[in-house]
Amino acid sequence: MKVAIASGKGGTGKTIVATNLAWLAARNGQSVAYVDCDVEDPNGHLFLKPRIEDSRPIGWLYPHVDENLCTQCGLCGEICQYSAIICLPGKVLVYPELCHTCGGCSLVCRPGAIREVLRETGKLETGSAGPVQFVQGLLNIGEAMSAPLIRQVKAAAPEADLVIVDSPPGTSCPVIESVRGADLVALVTEPTPFGLNDLKLAVGMVRAMKLPFGVVINRAGFGDQETQEYCRRQGIEILAEIHDDRRVAEAYSRGGLACEAVPEFRACLEDLLALLWVENRTAPGVAASEVGL
Amino acid sequence: MSQVVTIRRAAAPSVKELTVISGKGGTGKTSIVASFAALSQNSVLADCDVDAADLHLVLEPHVLRRHQFAGGKRARIKLGHCTACGKCEELCRFDAILFDGPGNGTVKKTFRVDPVACEGCGVCAWFCAERAIEFGPVVNGEWFISETRCGPMVHAKLGIAAENSGKLVSTVRTNAKRIAEERGLDLVLIDGSPGIGCPVIASVTGATLVLAVTEPTLSGLHDLERVAELTRHFGIPTLVCVNKWDLNPEVCERIEARAQERGLGLAGRVRYDHAFTEAQIRGKAVVEYGQDGCAADLRAVWATVEAHLDGSARPTGEEL
Repeated sequence: MKVAIASGKGGTGKTIVATNLAWLAARNGQSVAYVDCDVEDPNGHLFLKPRIEDSRPIGWLYPHVDENLCTQCGLCGEICQYSAIICLPGKVLVYPELCHTCGGCSLVCRPGAIREVLRETGKLETGSAGPVQFVQGLLNIGEAMSAPLIRQVKAAAPEADLVIVDSPPGTSCPVIESVRGADLVALVTEPTPFGLNDLKLAVGMVRAMKLPFGVVINRAGFGDQETQEYCRRQGIEILAEIHDDRRVAEAYSRGGLACEAVPEFRACLEDLLALLWVENRTAPGVAASEVGL
Repeated sequence: MSQVVTIRRAAAPSVKELTVISGKGGTGKTSIVASFAALSQNSVLADCDVDAADLHLVLEPHVLRRHQFAGGKRARIKLGHCTACGKCEELCRFDAILFDGPGNGTVKKTFRVDPVACEGCGVCAWFCAERAIEFGPVVNGEWFISETRCGPMVHAKLGIAAENSGKLVSTVRTNAKRIAEERGLDLVLIDGSPGIGCPVIASVTGATLVLAVTEPTLSGLHDLERVAELTRHFGIPTLVCVNKWDLNPEVCERIEARAQERGLGLAGRVRYDHAFTEAQIRGKAVVEYGQDGCAADLRAVWATVEAHLDGSARPTGEEL
């Protein structure tokens, strides 16, 4: 079971939900992998405090031109859609940071003058946080493209009963790459106008990708009721409503797991965890788990 | 002390660009930009958070002109021409070719391009022996020139599950700057996106000043380090503002100390105040909604930022 935790708006609580779910599931005896795909700003390690057992450079391929073999035919520059390889008289220029690593240039090069070499753009770290298997990617500063890195981080995820993918915020390429292939996407939002606007964008994205999804309303009671109304109208399942609680924010600010500090929060996530395993998620449901006590 | 030089603004002042970013999402960037817009008299707004734009919810822009954005290309397999040879699937590195298209009389099943996964590289179309693959530009967003109660605004909407957000950010920024020049306005206020990747790089490169908004949490501290590294990499003077600072005064102090160690300036603190969210719910900028509390803090932050933009304060906080 692979669950992606995503959101349109940033700062709605993705990492709180993802790390606490991983911790809880592991405590309940499930084998759990936590995969931090927010490679621009990975934060899950602050809460799970893993022991990193392996750290290695990762990156992607870009073309290297052997000028002795190059016949100046210009086909590589013609096929490249990203202006990453440009043919000038007497010379071929390569801009590795623009390369999308499609391999087109080396395929069209008849004399075989183009060889693809690895360019390091980030790091892949694996380890364990108690019983939770931990994987994270880290994009090098100044690198623009995070999606190819995310693809490799996901590929490095170990087999487990529950794989939790912590996604970056937004709705564009890095998010699409993170949630692709998930059995369920939990969209975390907060009940404010910004939260709702960005939730609608995220719903558009997961619908376009035909992925099963539900909504987690974090800090419920803090803003307005519009988000609940929207979900009801659209027939979107509310997976959990986590009540606004300053103690959760305080635990978060210290890098603590809110599950350990706030029993009501823990009860709410236990319900959410149980809901993840519900089958036939294509049908719209209305199960709203409230914080008990 | 040789002489006092008064720098006067030239007749045609060059346009300055202030980009507000955060690394970590949800720290209050957009609310802060809306308040700056209400306080500044001479600015053009640019919402460069193109894949989750929110500034329009507060500033209620009246759209004057809308433009289509074609930032990439897509492949499409022509059903009747596909012979199911599988070459496209073999060559595609983005897992964008699926073998689940309908039959066409020649073959029982055809290949199909997953438009969400397609990276627009064109390799499949180039090598298709049957010339069965169309490859051309797609419209994957829209951008707008609008008027708001706080001045002109350029904003955009990236298509659902579309890419090329960096290019769309550049389009928004370029046009905001052009409008500022045409109308004799001297500042472009840029609302950036979270992270440090492609859209953020497109929104900060060449900016006059960056304001990094953070919050007093370990995540806030961690992400600020990454943002500071990014702006140093591109050589842009950077100020730091800690929002909701009183949620954890101790972490707030650590963040400010760390910022100064790294040569960043401090723009001030904004207290945790429910009025921050109430203003958003009422569709108002925080400084339009109230005078005290966080609104007063925001006015002070704006005064500091404005002083840095005017060059009357050192950009790196190394006060004498």
